[in-house]
Amino acid sequence: MTTAPLTDRATTAAARATDLSKIYGQGETQVVALDRVSVDFRQAEFTAIMGPSGSGKSTLMHCVAGLDSFSSGSVRIGDTELGSLKDKQLTKLRRDKIGFIFQAFNLLPTLTALENITLPMDIAGRKPDKQWLDSVIRMVGLADRLGHRPSQLSGGQQQRVAVARALASRPEIIFGDEPTGNLDSRSGAEVLGFLRNSVRELGQTVVMVTHDPVAAAYADRVIFLADGRIVDEMHGPTADSVLDRMKAFDAKGRTS
Amino acid sequence: MFRTALRNVLAHKARLLMTVLAVMLGVAFVSGTLVFADTLSNAFRNQSAKSYDDVAVSVSSYADPDNPEEVPGLTGKDLDRMSAVDGVAGVYGRVEGFAGVADPDGKLIGVGWSNKGSNFAPGKDGKDPAYTFTDGSGPVRDDQIALDKDSAAKGEYRVGDRVRVATNGPVKEYTLSGVFTTEDGAVNAGGSLVLFDTAVAQKQYLKPGYFESATVTAAPGANDTAILDAVKPLLPGTAEAQTGQALADEQAEQIEQGMGNLKQVLLGFAGIALFVGIFLISNTFTMLVAQRTKEIALMRAVGASRRQITRSVLAEAALVGLVASAVGFVLGIGLAVGLRSGMAAFDMKMPDGPLVLSATPVIAAFAVGVLITTFAAWLPGRRAAKIPPVAAMNSVHAVATTKSLVLRNSIGAAVTALGAVGIVAGASTGGDDGRMYIGAGAFLALIGVIILIPLLSRPVIALVRPLLVGPFGVAGKLAGQNAVRNPRRTGATASALAIGLTLVTGLSVLGVTVGTAIDKMTTDNIKADYMVSMANGGGLDRSALSALEKAKGVSAVSPQQDAYFKVDGDDFVSASAVTPGDIEKVLTVDVVSGSAASLAEGRIAVAEKTAKNRGWKTGDRLPVTFGDDKKATLTVGAVYKDSEFLSPVLVDRKVVDRHETKPSIMQIFVKIDGGQSAANEKVLVDALGDNPAITVMDKQDIRNEFGGAINTLLNVMYGLLAMALIIAVLGVVNTLAMSVFERQQEIGMLRAIGLDRRRVKRMVRLEAVVISVFGAVVGIGLGAFLGWAIGETFADQIPGYALVLPWDRIGIFLVLAGLVGVLAAMWPARNAARLNMLNAIKAE
Repeated sequence: MTTAPLTDRATTAAARATDLSKIYGQGETQVVALDRVSVDFRQAEFTAIMGPSGSGKSTLMHCVAGLDSFSSGSVRIGDTELGSLKDKQLTKLRRDKIGFIFQAFNLLPTLTALENITLPMDIAGRKPDKQWLDSVIRMVGLADRLGHRPSQLSGGQQQRVAVARALASRPEIIFGDEPTGNLDSRSGAEVLGFLRNSVRELGQTVVMVTHDPVAAAYADRVIFLADGRIVDEMHGPTADSVLDRMKAFDAKGRTS
Repeated sequence: MFRTALRNVLAHKARLLMTVLAVMLGVAFVSGTLVFADTLSNAFRNQSAKSYDDVAVSVSSYADPDNPEEVPGLTGKDLDRMSAVDGVAGVYGRVEGFAGVADPDGKLIGVGWSNKGSNFAPGKDGKDPAYTFTDGSGPVRDDQIALDKDSAAKGEYRVGDRVRVATNGPVKEYTLSGVFTTEDGAVNAGGSLVLFDTAVAQKQYLKPGYFESATVTAAPGANDTAILDAVKPLLPGTAEAQTGQALADEQAEQIEQGMGNLKQVLLGFAGIALFVGIFLISNTFTMLVAQRTKEIALMRAVGASRRQITRSVLAEAALVGLVASAVGFVLGIGLAVGLRSGMAAFDMKMPDGPLVLSATPVIAAFAVGVLITTFAAWLPGRRAAKIPPVAAMNSVHAVATTKSLVLRNSIGAAVTALGAVGIVAGASTGGDDGRMYIGAGAFLALIGVIILIPLLSRPVIALVRPLLVGPFGVAGKLAGQNAVRNPRRTGATASALAIGLTLVTGLSVLGVTVGTAIDKMTTDNIKADYMVSMANGGGLDRSALSALEKAKGVSAVSPQQDAYFKVDGDDFVSASAVTPGDIEKVLTVDVVSGSAASLAEGRIAVAEKTAKNRGWKTGDRLPVTFGDDKKATLTVGAVYKDSEFLSPVLVDRKVVDRHETKPSIMQIFVKIDGGQSAANEKVLVDALGDNPAITVMDKQDIRNEFGGAINTLLNVMYGLLAMALIIAVLGVVNTLAMSVFERQQEIGMLRAIGLDRRRVKRMVRLEAVVISVFGAVVGIGLGAFLGWAIGETFADQIPGYALVLPWDRIGIFLVLAGLVGVLAAMWPARNAARLNMLNAIKAE
């Protein structure tokens, strides 16, 4: 898939949600987490999802990534419609087409850094593409830490392992759930830099949920969610412009 | 603090489930044993009291009927004199011995040793108070018998039927005159009892006109002791009298002792089960404390003392123990009831009686349950107390320091080494002393290995890792690594299994080794095709020997007949009378010097060891005195190698027969043309008059006769150890449930990045299998070592002893251990696969 020219790919969607709704509970206690959300995540684009807590940004990501079920609407990853998939097929889809980066790193403490990176391929029973793997490792700067266990790595290094793990299997799309939430600003900047490079240089598609305007500024596009709906979208964001937009939410929240 | 403990227990109900189950099972075992023993001994005591209810005084003769200088028993005149005593209502003379009853198919009813015959002794009213006839009446003619009700039912006999009965002589046919019930203990324990007419019984069992014993009944209002005092002077010197009460008490005491032994054995096994439970309990509380690190630190920060923390953990344990004990006790009562009906189902008849619930089992149940649980929680409690208040501030769980493992390993290595030295020393010492060393050594080695198990777990499990990764891929790899993540916990879990398997393997090695040795001994030494013996283990009649000699196709027959004579006038030698010429054909006689043929010339043959001890050699002339005091000189004609099947001295039966009034032939060995076959067996059975009291065994039967008990014993042991193994399995379940709970986040991540449910399950299952098999391997290794050591101590007593490792059984144990792992993982694996991914990933 990397052989396709970048320009062509940028026009097609790696993932697409159409009229996506997620409703918890029934009747009086009903909570609408997502309210008919439609959004495209284009190939080779770095998208950030932002919004105040409770806006549904994490739920949106979970639903699109096949981690959570949804009430109505449709989600497609590439050509695959998620709504009709059973757990087994969803698992396979996540394994083969999706990469994840979590806030709490979520590495296996018993495995070395390298084993953690190749874990998704191990699970799939595939041999990693050696060249690709080397370039990913070189990019995240872990070449001299491959034999270490997570407990011997700093938080930033651990998250770089997680980034490498997500990239190594060349998924169609990578989802990050507050990937810099547990990192200091320097380590956070490193990780975001890698993600942006993977989009720019390798044509990777990345979707990231964050509440940090500085992190969102690394993205190509920012989607703003509030009360389960997409309320705004911004291209070529800067930290300041995102912050202003967020402040507007707060002001609206206070006045309404 | 107590309220905190209570809240904690309630909050962790599910996680304490396995602990409660383990304690419960142990307590149920203990209380079940105690209640069962109490109930049974009470029933036996009532029974024996009842059987002596009518007996005021019991008189027994201890005369030797073969001694011509003694009156062989009580006479009718003795009884008459006793009848004349004041207050005596009746005197009933008794003789008894073996009597086997054939069922319509000619098979013996009941087990050989429990088949009795006695006489019907009607009083003036024509009734014998010891027997209550439900049908017909007592035998009064010499061709009549009466049978106890159960035996009659087993043979489907009715009054008037012809019944074949064998005593020590040939079978005879009698007419059934009546069916009775009795309080006789042996009959109530499932034995058969045949009543003959008194004259017939006397002729058969003693001498006409004589009784072995007599029971005296009292007239209403008469005093038993007064009667005893009056009866005593009337008795011949060889008889003694006791009141019925004294006899009942004596019997009760014997029962108590027998029950005490059974109780001790069962409690021993309950102890093992509880010991195994300690590991599980300790694991649980260690985990609970670890999970509560922050909470405990907070309590320390707000001013709780270390002692209060320890106490709160112990209180929690005590509470769990209390609940588990209560349930366990109820379960124990059920177990006791079940055990009794179970024995009945296996045809082991036990006297009926009410369930006895004394205070002891109640106290024991609660003491054991609460103490074991608090004891097991003591170490985790102390560890909890060591949590510093500052731990409340950071999120890191208290991690076991390597330093404590270093100390632990040094201690473990030292204890194991000491134990191993004890075992090896014991094995080379041999005998009872050696076994004592081994016992102490085994205990130390077991403790040492338990201490060392966390250390062992890493290299051992690393060794099998390729086996996991190969066929099971990433799930196997992760399982292998997970298994050694918490070496202490894995160690404790594996230990629980190892203990049970050490015992099971040790017993198996011993049992199979001894069984094989016996098997070899039998095949090496017995050339005969059949061995004939009495079902009750008594002596065969001479008529059986002559019948076999005349049977068609029989080529060699020799008895092993007890022969009594003194050498040099001082002591009896253990000798067997045999048939010269035939004895070499039916048994292996390995002659070292002289010739076995010389037996036919009236010479004797002596086993090598005896010859050496006594300083005899071929050609020596020995002055002997026979049982009837006749003297003669016998020449040593041969010396042969010692054998389990030959007495130390052999002699031609013609030499001793004329000195014995009633020879006791223990076995007759027969070689028959055409060897073993159903037809030949029938020839022998028919020649013996289809006698239900005589068993004809082929070689396989002989092997079973000598070695079969070992297998039965092994199976009983396996059964008793099952409880310990079940608790060990609960331990595996517990450990896995804990691991899954602690690794929720990881499992969630694995699911997210594409590990499907099936493989999550497989991962958990394989971890369980690894832990179980690891425990099994340690246990099997230690057990085989112990089996070898104990075997060494009596190797020289069993000719042809050679260690046999029962690989088939060991293989089965390993497979079972693997299955245990799979089974134990069922519930935790399901939980792991069903984990909510999103919650798991979020959880911190």
